[in-house]
Amino acid sequence: MKKLLALVLAGVMAFSMVACGGTETEGGDTDATGSVYYLNFKPEQDQQWQDLAAKYTEETGVPVTVVTAASGEYETTLMSEMGKESAPTLFQVNGPVGLANWKDYCYDLTGTDVYGQLLGDDFALVEDGKVYGLAYVIETYGIIANKTLLEKAGHTVEEITSFETLKAVVEDIQARKDELGFAAFSSAGMDGSSDWRFKTHLANLPLTFEYETEGITPGTVKGTYLDNYRNIWDLYINNATCDPAELSAKTGNDAVTEMVEGKAVFYQNGTWAAGDLAAIIDDLTMIPLYIGVGDEANQGLCTGSENYWCVNSQASQTDIDATLAFLNWCVTSETGVNGMCKEMGFVIPFAKALPADNKFVQEADAMIAAGKKSVGWNFPTMPSEEWKNGVGQALTAYAADQTDANWDAVVAAFVDGWATEYALANPA
Amino acid sequence: MEKALKKYSPVFVLPTLLAFTIGFIIPFIEGLYLSFCQFTTVKNAKFVGLANYKYIITDELFLNSFKFTVSFAVVSIVLINVIALGLALLLTRNLKGTNIFRTVFFMPNLIGGIVLGYIWQILINCILSIVGQPLLALNTQAGYWGLIILTAWQQIGYMMIIYIAGLQNVPDDLIEAAAIDGATAWQTFWKVKLPMIMSSITVCVFLTLTNSFKLFDQNLALTAGDPGHLTEMLALNIYQTFYARAGMQWKGYGQAKAVLFCILVVVISFAQLRATRSKEVQA
Repeated sequence: MKKLLALVLAGVMAFSMVACGGTETEGGDTDATGSVYYLNFKPEQDQQWQDLAAKYTEETGVPVTVVTAASGEYETTLMSEMGKESAPTLFQVNGPVGLANWKDYCYDLTGTDVYGQLLGDDFALVEDGKVYGLAYVIETYGIIANKTLLEKAGHTVEEITSFETLKAVVEDIQARKDELGFAAFSSAGMDGSSDWRFKTHLANLPLTFEYETEGITPGTVKGTYLDNYRNIWDLYINNATCDPAELSAKTGNDAVTEMVEGKAVFYQNGTWAAGDLAAIIDDLTMIPLYIGVGDEANQGLCTGSENYWCVNSQASQTDIDATLAFLNWCVTSETGVNGMCKEMGFVIPFAKALPADNKFVQEADAMIAAGKKSVGWNFPTMPSEEWKNGVGQALTAYAADQTDANWDAVVAAFVDGWATEYALANPA
Repeated sequence: MEKALKKYSPVFVLPTLLAFTIGFIIPFIEGLYLSFCQFTTVKNAKFVGLANYKYIITDELFLNSFKFTVSFAVVSIVLINVIALGLALLLTRNLKGTNIFRTVFFMPNLIGGIVLGYIWQILINCILSIVGQPLLALNTQAGYWGLIILTAWQQIGYMMIIYIAGLQNVPDDLIEAAAIDGATAWQTFWKVKLPMIMSSITVCVFLTLTNSFKLFDQNLALTAGDPGHLTEMLALNIYQTFYARAGMQWKGYGQAKAVLFCILVVVISFAQLRATRSKEVQA
């Protein structure tokens, strides 16, 4: 019995040591061809990336590993993966602020083939003359409108050409809410699953227009167009499916459900929402987000990117070369481009991009073709997540109690918060 | 047998010791070192001396979350232990259905903190909306009391079981002797039972104290620190510093906060253990 016990214990110990040692052999796969390890940011496209990686390995023999971080866990996963022996060779940052974290790990992509394929420096993350990241997907957002419901209410999409006309339509629908059976706006939920639509995407508009008219001064914003921000926010919250005081607990799913069930006409979101709204996609269209600033007659949708590919500069040179070759293959070869544009449904800012199937993307393209001017994505310049949270918090408080004092808190979070957060993020 | 055990004890201790060293001692020492560094990943740490500690003593959010945590801990420790002891006294009286009640009171402890947090968020928001008060995301008071109700609901059952075990160990002859001497129920409780269950009290106060300081999931799920970090407890504050901020200096700040936090919890719980242990008696 004693012997048996000792044997079992020794076995357990030996096993635990083997198990510990086992992971060691995975790393350091640096033969002549090198290998690629992609830490993917978008869980929706995980399977497609796995398939594309398998095809590449089949074609070239270079091993490609794709790991997808869980939603909202990208930074955490990246941080722990980067500390490992076999770190990702290809990863993502979400614009200049994300770059601040990972600059030391970003390979300068100047002169690489894949950078040569990029449609222009608008889509690159360039700092101090170095190319740190390449946008690989362009997305668009605006106000998604249900044409069928609009017609039921006696209006058309064509009527809406400015903030004033939008407001007139919205308030008319809301006034007849009970008679029509639907409200103008879906709930502007301020739960974490939805608040980015307002603290980030909607806030991009006053910010972009300010950048256009006042120029960009790092570290400060004036808040020139915050009155317009207030107007559109008032419009959203007071003409919706629910009481503004309840917005703090409303989620992204709530708004989607309201749209799909035909309880609301308008919903601010982007091309990525096409999947969620697939059931009613034929009724929908996307209109520009008018806030009453600038040349509204020629305003287009908000188009840009916040997903940038970065190559790990601390990987071995063979792995870096393998990764660059893989990227180039993704955006030039038929299989690669097909995988990204058709299977994943991305609009890619590279020379050989294919047209998209996504309805909202097609509308955005049509609008650009008709000479409308897209609104850029400037929210990647927002100084920190904390800044966004501050604005979001103030917006929620204002929604629950719409006083001037509470709006002043939004302005303070926007303007003063910007200076504070910029100073914290960029220590002298 | 004993001799053999002695001879082979290093062999038996080794696997656990190895696991403990790899899983705890090494990371702890590395963590201590990292609190004096700025870093993005643990490999590229840059030594900055005491700069991180200098920053965090000026960090108002950290001080606020310390105050919030202390005020939460005091109220929840008292509340949980008093109610748990009360329930334990009731459920050691041979009432009908005692076992069912014990099971029911224990059950909330089996549900994870995140799930509980979201469930209570819905419940509390519902009530707040009915009485026309600002919802949790905008309501510090509701957030504070919500956290207390939630943790009390979750932990009372667990502490109650420990108190029941303690009360059942009070020798019957002592209680009988007290009854013969004419002690009232209150006197029996105060002079006999309470001193006899001091060891249970030590354990329960220790558990509730450390649980209160380390509370994280419930805090994250119920309020996430809203509004404006006012209901953010220490553990969540550290997490937010470490992960919600971009820039290598924040990792260092977060790490330094974590080290201070660890020292704080150790010191407070040792002080508590000493204080309550000294009151323990032997029958």
